[in-house]
Amino acid sequence: MPNVTEILATMDYGPAPEATGEVTKWLKARGSFGHYINGSFTTPAESFAVNNPATGETLAHVAQGSQTDIDAAVKAARAAFPGWSRLPGHARAKWLYALARTIQKRERFLAVLETLDNGKPIRETRDIDVPLVARHFYHHAGWAEMLADDFPGQGPVGVCGQIIPWNFPLLMLSWKIAPALAAGNTVVLKPAEYTPLTALAFAEICAEVGLPKGVVNIVTGDGETGAALVAADVDKIAFTGSTEVGRAIRKATAGTAKKLTLELGGKSPFIVFADADIDGAVEGVVDAIWFNQGQVCCAGSRILVQETIADAFTERLKERMAKLRVGDPLDKSSDMGALVDPVQLDRVTSLVREGQAQGATLHQAACALPAKGSFFAPGFFTGVAPANVISEVEIFGPVATLTTFRTPDEAVELANNTRYGLAASVWSENINLALDMASQVKAGVVWVNATNIFDAAAGFGGYRESGFGREGGREGMAAYLTDLPIKARSEAPPITPDTAPTPDAPAIVATIDRTAKLYIGGAQKRPDSGYSFAVTHKGRTLGLVGLGNRKDIRNAVEAAHAAKGWGKATGHNRAQVLYYLAENLSARAAEFTERLKSAGTLKPEAEVEAAIRRAFWYAAQADKFDGSVHSTKSAHVTLAMNEPYGVMGIACPTDAPLLGFLSLVLPAIAMGNRVVAIPSQNMPLAATDLYQVFDTSDLPAGVVNIVTGARDELAKTLAGHDDVAALWYCGSTGGDRMVEAESAGNLKVTWCLPNRDWQGPDGQGRAFLTRATQIKNIWVPYGE
Amino acid sequence: MSHSVAASLPNHPRNPGVALQTDWFDHIAVNTQAAERRAATLTTRRTVKKEWQAAWLVNAIRCIDLTTLSGDDTPDRVARLCAKARRPLSDDLMTGLGLDHLTTAAVCVYPLMVPAAVKALQGSGIPVASVATGFPAGLTPLPIRLAEIRYAVDQGAEEIDIVIHRAQVLNGDWTALYNEVAAMREACGSAHMKAILATGELKTLRNVYKASMVAMQAGSDFIKTSTGKEGVNATLPVSLIMARALRDYGARTGHKIGFKPAGGMKYAKDAIAWQILMKEELGNHWLAPDLFRLGASSMLADIERQLEHHLTGRYASSSRHALA
Repeated sequence: MPNVTEILATMDYGPAPEATGEVTKWLKARGSFGHYINGSFTTPAESFAVNNPATGETLAHVAQGSQTDIDAAVKAARAAFPGWSRLPGHARAKWLYALARTIQKRERFLAVLETLDNGKPIRETRDIDVPLVARHFYHHAGWAEMLADDFPGQGPVGVCGQIIPWNFPLLMLSWKIAPALAAGNTVVLKPAEYTPLTALAFAEICAEVGLPKGVVNIVTGDGETGAALVAADVDKIAFTGSTEVGRAIRKATAGTAKKLTLELGGKSPFIVFADADIDGAVEGVVDAIWFNQGQVCCAGSRILVQETIADAFTERLKERMAKLRVGDPLDKSSDMGALVDPVQLDRVTSLVREGQAQGATLHQAACALPAKGSFFAPGFFTGVAPANVISEVEIFGPVATLTTFRTPDEAVELANNTRYGLAASVWSENINLALDMASQVKAGVVWVNATNIFDAAAGFGGYRESGFGREGGREGMAAYLTDLPIKARSEAPPITPDTAPTPDAPAIVATIDRTAKLYIGGAQKRPDSGYSFAVTHKGRTLGLVGLGNRKDIRNAVEAAHAAKGWGKATGHNRAQVLYYLAENLSARAAEFTERLKSAGTLKPEAEVEAAIRRAFWYAAQADKFDGSVHSTKSAHVTLAMNEPYGVMGIACPTDAPLLGFLSLVLPAIAMGNRVVAIPSQNMPLAATDLYQVFDTSDLPAGVVNIVTGARDELAKTLAGHDDVAALWYCGSTGGDRMVEAESAGNLKVTWCLPNRDWQGPDGQGRAFLTRATQIKNIWVPYGE
Repeated sequence: MSHSVAASLPNHPRNPGVALQTDWFDHIAVNTQAAERRAATLTTRRTVKKEWQAAWLVNAIRCIDLTTLSGDDTPDRVARLCAKARRPLSDDLMTGLGLDHLTTAAVCVYPLMVPAAVKALQGSGIPVASVATGFPAGLTPLPIRLAEIRYAVDQGAEEIDIVIHRAQVLNGDWTALYNEVAAMREACGSAHMKAILATGELKTLRNVYKASMVAMQAGSDFIKTSTGKEGVNATLPVSLIMARALRDYGARTGHKIGFKPAGGMKYAKDAIAWQILMKEELGNHWLAPDLFRLGASSMLADIERQLEHHLTGRYASSSRHALA
């Protein structure tokens, strides 16, 4: 050890290791871990080693979860569910409160264990991860207490299968378990193969506080264990991890009626404008991409800098990067520790090499790395072409790309030029510019002049292929609640469109022949196929409608995208259009009544009347179904905004040809979406008659597009369309499965809702509006 | 091994200043929350333990401007302070730390106390710093403020801690501020000048940056946060912004400017925190007394206690340490 005089000459920091004695004692005492099922630990049959990535040393052995283990855990959770879900909210609140308190009392133990297992610096586990874990349980103790009052008509989903990643092991556990338990669910959680130890310590805490058996079950294992959990008899799967695995889970759960939330990858933009606090933004990069070794799904990995400051920014970033200390994660002065596993080190290394080979320039800190362990020096790329692999692929390591832009428009374009949409960071001292960017960036979380700020009261989750569902806050609770079951009603089976002439079903020729074409971009378009099919009732042809195909769907989606202004219109403007629509529908009530009557609707007047009421109800909601301001950190406004998805597909039931159609289309457009709707396959004329109503109601072209034809075939094209953000499908069970499986391509949000009595209370409500919007959390720190 | 850690006289080349150039700061963006986040994590990202902590505390002592600025100061009181500046640690602590010579960087007093301080520090090599220019408010007529500087220099002060006229910052009257500070710099002659910005009264971090830049352009050798008499004195966010301002000035002119936080820093951990800030934002050059001073009085006593604990493993009592 150098003496004081020698240190005075260098003014080095010196070593500052966190003690590990208590944790290693615990690991030694346990040796190997079984699963935590039904309140006790199993004896492991097969197990695998868990290593410290900073040293390569083995910390413990944990059990490899088998099908039998998963079945036992699900069975235990199933058995515990009735008791747990029937507890009064206050009782569950007390349990969550006990968990929060106990976590707090074990804070250093958990921080040290997490650092040993994951390789992240002790500063982060001590100051960020574990405090947020405790905060999450406290916050959700509150939701348990308030559940009945705040979520009337909703209840727990049931048994939740939860699969979490290795980058924030205990924090992701808390994000999964706390809301699930608060809502009255029971869980089976599978921690990541690399980092199961804090989950096992949490299991001991559950036992320590005496949580009822089977409420929390933890099964360790690898991807196969996870797949078994996905396939098990659970009511919901919540997954955080890679987009690739998320896609596989979407396909695996398609048609099973399992509720699904996915929190997946990202390639989040970090946008710095010329008027930003440059030093602040440089420090932001440290918190964005050099936080947790860059192994952060919401890491600001694409730095976009306005051209005028690009050189200055790049220089300062290099200087700042040179100051980072990489090394022993247990050292209190380490900024960065080890990547989680040698496999990740190899992956990051090869991606970075590939990026260089494709012409980008790597700037990397010249810091000394420990001789062993999975360490990677922080860096960033300049001269990155958008087509370079590192621009597109999530590196999941401490390496960002830096690209320049000229104008705010270009910044938006670059920011949104990605398949992901998890988070964004915007740096500007101009609040007009910052909030404008926040509104335009497609991301579930936007931080203004900040990055990677989390709080249990705010929602977190992605747009696009970053997944769906939110964690945290009121919106996070919604992911673990379900509407109490509605009374489903089976629809009439879809007819097979018959495109041949129908001489045996003569048309009712009253006036001049009216031909219902498709309705695309505000104009009537002939179907691409050139075919029409007859709509008949009791042997009479009511009319001919176009037989839509893939290309018509494609054209309709394009027209819907062109109608961008609708999403930006005020709620009041949209309400005006919907009221006008009701007015014009009312003026033609007799005509619609007659049409429905001719198709055999039993109470046509009632259906038309209900349709007019529905337009009023959603007009009323257009400027009222608004967001909230979350109560998070002091001096931070955290806005939770309901944003439309953009372009939605809607496949309507065969029943209630007018009301079913409007009950689905109206809430979607009231919230600012543009829709491509497939009306009742059996009686599309009720919808095609609306063209003239739309035309006279100031509904902008392209907001509602209608393609008639075979529902499931058209819905399949919509589900497989990467430029459709959400899809509602009201049809057969087989259709549900098809829609959910096909939607995996771009991970669009789907809602497969059963047919119902559209005139009854289940025919409208806030549930439709919730499904028509996604929540964006915008963090605006303030203070001068 | 023992070593002499003498207070190095401010031997850094003087800052000649430059013409007033408001475009260096007109559009400066300082985001307060971002600055506060950085300041808050400086001391959670870095720490020093054991020998290193001891060394950093010793380093803090050699950077201290040991200060008394009270209405009841007397020559004897000042002499006592000077004795402490000459011998800040007891012999057993010095031996334990392997040091044979250690003093504070300077002693800082009111102008009328300069003669007493000069006398008491004779032969020690420790410079006397005097506050001047109507300290702490700076609201006396300029000729009187300048005369006060000349008086202190005449009495033997080698460093002058001037206060700026805050209204000139609050009103954005940069020319007036520049002219006054430049005049003070001239009045200082060969004495080094530290410009006290009284940041607690400038309120915004942008004002702090701008005032820092004008003070440096006008030829200040050091910029200093506070008089110790404002409602809010040295804080890490303010220091962060001043450090960045002097970094920017250095990048434009090539001159290294010193930094002195003052007021409100009472504990050893403050001494460590500000040194971490200096090292992280500016580098090791700013850990030596020619570019870094800690304006403090009671901080030394806490450092002594920590150093004794480091050596003995026992928690210390102030009654066993010589008063300042």
